[in-house]
Amino acid sequence: MAAAMPLALLVLLLLGPGGWCLAEPPRDSLREELVITPLPSGDVAATFQFRTRWDSELQREGVSHYRLFPKALGQLISKYSLRELHLSFTQGFWRTRYWGPPFLQAPSVWINLGRSSVMSSQGSSAPLSTSSTPPTQSLPLPPSNPWVWPMTLTTTFCAMLCCRGRWSAPKTSPPGRSSCPVVPRASLISFHLLQAGLSVLLKADRLFHTSYHSQAVHIRPVCRNARCTSISWELRQTLSVVFDAFITGQGKKDWSLFRMFSRTLTEPCPLASESRVYVDITTYNQDNETLEVHPPPTTTYQDVILGTRKTYAIYDLLDTAMINNSRNLNIQLKWKRPPENEAPPVPFLHAQRYVSGYGLQKGELSTLLYNTHPYRAFPVLLLDTVPWYLRLYVHTLTITSKGKENKPSYIHYQPAQDRLQPHLLEMLIQLPANSVTKVSIQFERALLKWTEYTPDPNHGFYVSPSVLSALVPSMVAAKPVDWEESPLFNSLFPVSDGSNYFVRLYTEPLLVNLPTPDFSMPYNVICLTCTVVAVCYGSFYNLLTRTFHIEEPRTGGLAKRLANLIRRARGVPPL
Amino acid sequence: MGLLSDPVRRRALARLVLRLNAPLCVLSYVAGIAWFLALVFPPLTQRTYMSENAMGSTMVEEQFAGGDRARAFARDFAAHRKKSGALPVAWLERTMRSVGLEVYTQSFSRKLPFPDETHERYMVSGTNVYGILRAPRAASTESLVLTVPCGSDSTNSQAVGLLLALAAHFRGQIYWAKDIVFLVTEHDLLGTEAWLEAYHDVNVTGMQSSPLQGRAGAIQAAVALELSSDVVTSLDVAVEGLNGQLPNLDLLNLFQTFCQKGGLLCTLQGKPEDWTSLDGPLQGLQTLLLMVLRQASGRPHGSHGLFLRYRVEALTLRGINSFRQYKYDLVAVGKALEGMFRKLNHLLERLHQSFFLYLLPGLSRFVSIGLYMPAVGFLLLVLGLKALELWMQLHEAGMGLEEPGGAPGPSVPLPPSQGVGLASLVAPLLISQAMGLALYVLPVLGQHVATQHFPVAEAEAVVLTLLAIYAAGLALPHNTHRPLSYRVVSTQAPDRGWMALKLVALIYLALQLGCIALTNFSLGFLLATTMVPTAALAKPHGPRTLYAALLVLTSPAATLLGSLFLWRELQEAPLSLAEGWQLFLAALAQGVLEHHTYGALLFPLLSLGLYPCWLLFWNVLFWK
Repeated sequence: MAAAMPLALLVLLLLGPGGWCLAEPPRDSLREELVITPLPSGDVAATFQFRTRWDSELQREGVSHYRLFPKALGQLISKYSLRELHLSFTQGFWRTRYWGPPFLQAPSVWINLGRSSVMSSQGSSAPLSTSSTPPTQSLPLPPSNPWVWPMTLTTTFCAMLCCRGRWSAPKTSPPGRSSCPVVPRASLISFHLLQAGLSVLLKADRLFHTSYHSQAVHIRPVCRNARCTSISWELRQTLSVVFDAFITGQGKKDWSLFRMFSRTLTEPCPLASESRVYVDITTYNQDNETLEVHPPPTTTYQDVILGTRKTYAIYDLLDTAMINNSRNLNIQLKWKRPPENEAPPVPFLHAQRYVSGYGLQKGELSTLLYNTHPYRAFPVLLLDTVPWYLRLYVHTLTITSKGKENKPSYIHYQPAQDRLQPHLLEMLIQLPANSVTKVSIQFERALLKWTEYTPDPNHGFYVSPSVLSALVPSMVAAKPVDWEESPLFNSLFPVSDGSNYFVRLYTEPLLVNLPTPDFSMPYNVICLTCTVVAVCYGSFYNLLTRTFHIEEPRTGGLAKRLANLIRRARGVPPL
Repeated sequence: MGLLSDPVRRRALARLVLRLNAPLCVLSYVAGIAWFLALVFPPLTQRTYMSENAMGSTMVEEQFAGGDRARAFARDFAAHRKKSGALPVAWLERTMRSVGLEVYTQSFSRKLPFPDETHERYMVSGTNVYGILRAPRAASTESLVLTVPCGSDSTNSQAVGLLLALAAHFRGQIYWAKDIVFLVTEHDLLGTEAWLEAYHDVNVTGMQSSPLQGRAGAIQAAVALELSSDVVTSLDVAVEGLNGQLPNLDLLNLFQTFCQKGGLLCTLQGKPEDWTSLDGPLQGLQTLLLMVLRQASGRPHGSHGLFLRYRVEALTLRGINSFRQYKYDLVAVGKALEGMFRKLNHLLERLHQSFFLYLLPGLSRFVSIGLYMPAVGFLLLVLGLKALELWMQLHEAGMGLEEPGGAPGPSVPLPPSQGVGLASLVAPLLISQAMGLALYVLPVLGQHVATQHFPVAEAEAVVLTLLAIYAAGLALPHNTHRPLSYRVVSTQAPDRGWMALKLVALIYLALQLGCIALTNFSLGFLLATTMVPTAALAKPHGPRTLYAALLVLTSPAATLLGSLFLWRELQEAPLSLAEGWQLFLAALAQGVLEHHTYGALLFPLLSLGLYPCWLLFWNVLFWK
């Protein structure tokens, strides 16, 4: 499967090259960016972002001419009056405890459609907030026909999206927004790529030797100007990969672009208005100069990212001096002193989820929420979508932290309907400082109809990850940034109000075995059982309910029978 | 069915059963034993074959070449272990981290119900160390486990070395689709049990342990490894798990395929397989009997046995050093393991295609459940026939007054006579069950009282109390029915009392043995072979002393003793009587301990189920 996997989105990037030499200034622009972050565990994360912005009101103007914006998506937006679309495909699991909080957290497949507030240029519109523009018109969207969306997206992204049951909306999300938060197991095929600029580095055989691989499309309207009188459409295509330092570097933690991607950068993308590489050169300990970057960066950029102050070296590919010196750019990072084998810093919030118990009748879903902040407690919104075939016993829901019961301040539970909709459980839980909170709920495994089993029923059934949303206290105060000017990685969901920053985490998906019949010979079994039951039941019932008498040998003939008839008519017992 | 609903033919059938009962019983018993012995011959035994498609061929190229590394790890481990006297946790953590694993530890403690003299432990506390190899681009939903149990006395350092070398090799590969957990447990099985309970977040046996920090989803399969030297001459595979559970046959097939591919000598029950020679079937029978004995014991033979409860297919590989003509170093063993793990990595579903219930007369032959069940079926038929005979005799005794001339009367026995039969049964049933309960509860509860009053250690106290209660059971209940029965039972049918009791006992025994045979065939068959003939024979007339001797010889405890002798005989290490007795005492203590520490069911089964049932027959024998 790994060989025939994604990158489908990036083909969309270069669909409409015509007309970029028109006289009038183009109304769309493309920015591309690569962020390279050495992770606390020693692995290296690379995040590509390609952002196309189009100053056009797709839904009002009858647009037929596409330049940088992919036509397939544009038509999707105008046909379904789409307000926002977030779609991500992920292979692997972001290990928050070892890698720290991610820029772009995504579960394995995450689709989010519908309306939410228009992103204002000044930033800071938290996905948590429920204040949204009231819906102006109803959309031809689920639940009226839940299959339209998966089908359309499937054809566009060459992906198999299969949502069992109805799509459900968490209560904390804006009204009118439908989301299928996670499809735990989707498969995706085929792509082709035109290569220039940063996308030179997207070489499939390297990207698929990584330990984490996530790509996403985000389409949303943004304000065209400060007063937000008109909107533009923004398409972001992102790709995050994590390179396994242990395999790639043979034990050494030094890395270079060539070592990671087996390519170097040679030229900027001719269509891009901005093409940059950011390298995280923040030193974690106080004594400086443990890292060395080659070639030395011309400029650096400092900002507060996810609660900590970070320093980035910037390499601008449009800066001709950068490429011309050596015809290619191979950024290298060396550790002057090899970092000690110390435990990596643990992020303030991380979580773990598992199924406990054994046997095929009952089980328990347990989620462990870790707050490692030494003195601050903070609330977490936990969202669980559990398929209907795990019948949750809500009265067994227990939340304990530090050995005491922890009462959630808000609970919303929507029970499942068989074959229609999953359980939806939402809770706002206060996590005490420096604690582990265990949320557990028991379930019973349902016996499905025998046609409802997947072709590989003994593999088990997936349960989608829980989603944790939290405002985590920052270490340092962040200052508001100009959204349009700041680097892309900082502005996808720019949520931070100075003292807190927003984190959304996904736990592991779970694999649960349901009681599974032996499918190898259902026909034989059914026939045999029915025959045995029919034969045995009839005769045993007969034997048990009857009393048997020996019949007297019949004497006399017609005369006696006649006599008996007469006797019966007279009411006298027969002979 | 028409046969039964016609009273005339029914009577003929009844007469047949009554008249031919003894020959039929003998025939059925002999047929059962013969069927079992025939299991090693080709129509009943079949060649094993791989059912799982995902593991169909051995087309993987094993590249493991870390033999030197494994030996170096093993030396270091042994040195650190000697220095610290316990599992060198810090060293293991450091080493696992240096080969690129995510390392966690788990501490546990357990106070055993009484001191374990075989392993010399009472208050156990230890630490398990495990490292997880995270599969790239997978979300940790499935995993495989490679585990090495380290006991206090066992010299398993080569296995730890091989585990670490394999971890280092596996870490460099990119093809993993499932996480792999490398687990080193302290105090062998206790550590494994603690880890498994913590992993599944359950507490079955009262183990205290710290919660696990790292998990890797649903475990699909596990392999336990025990090596005692750098060079092994053969690899022995153990499949019998807790309560006679067995792993899916495909896992064993997988092991066998890689043994053949690598040219390794693989053995089952310590016996190599040779079906070509003339005494092949005889050797097969020996292996089969050894497997039956091991499975019947219900104890986990290797730490894989504990995984089976959690539906994790698992087996133990043991390096043995007894066949001088073959020699393999750690590389060969490592390659076999690498091949197995790569194949298991391909699994799309849990192993489910092949058999879960089977007997093995050799590594490449198996007997499926459909073919071995008739053996125990024939044995249980004896009990059924005997019960039928008694039932009919009871009826005739009840009908005796009414049908002197053979006139057909109602076939329902008279209500008063039946009432008498049942009432007189209550006391013996209750008393024997109470004895069973005492046998189950008292030894462990009363060990402190016993040590205060007698000069014995706790473990001895438990075993001796066990034997004392067992023997006391023989003396106690056989005369309790008298005050009850004397008053009511008429002089015409003095036999009715014991007949009713024996009828109930026969049905009780047949039900128990039937249920046991369904879950653990070996145990059911073994008990049926010994208990059925004497159960059928027991009656208060005739040569009573002979019957009593026979009954004692086939009691559950005597069966255990006999099995021990048979076991050592089959292993070609015969026991002397004194040794046998010592081994018997140790086995009793182990049985009780294993019930408390791992949840083995043999002890409660014998004490609460079969011992009271056997007492009923004893009661029948001494009925007055």
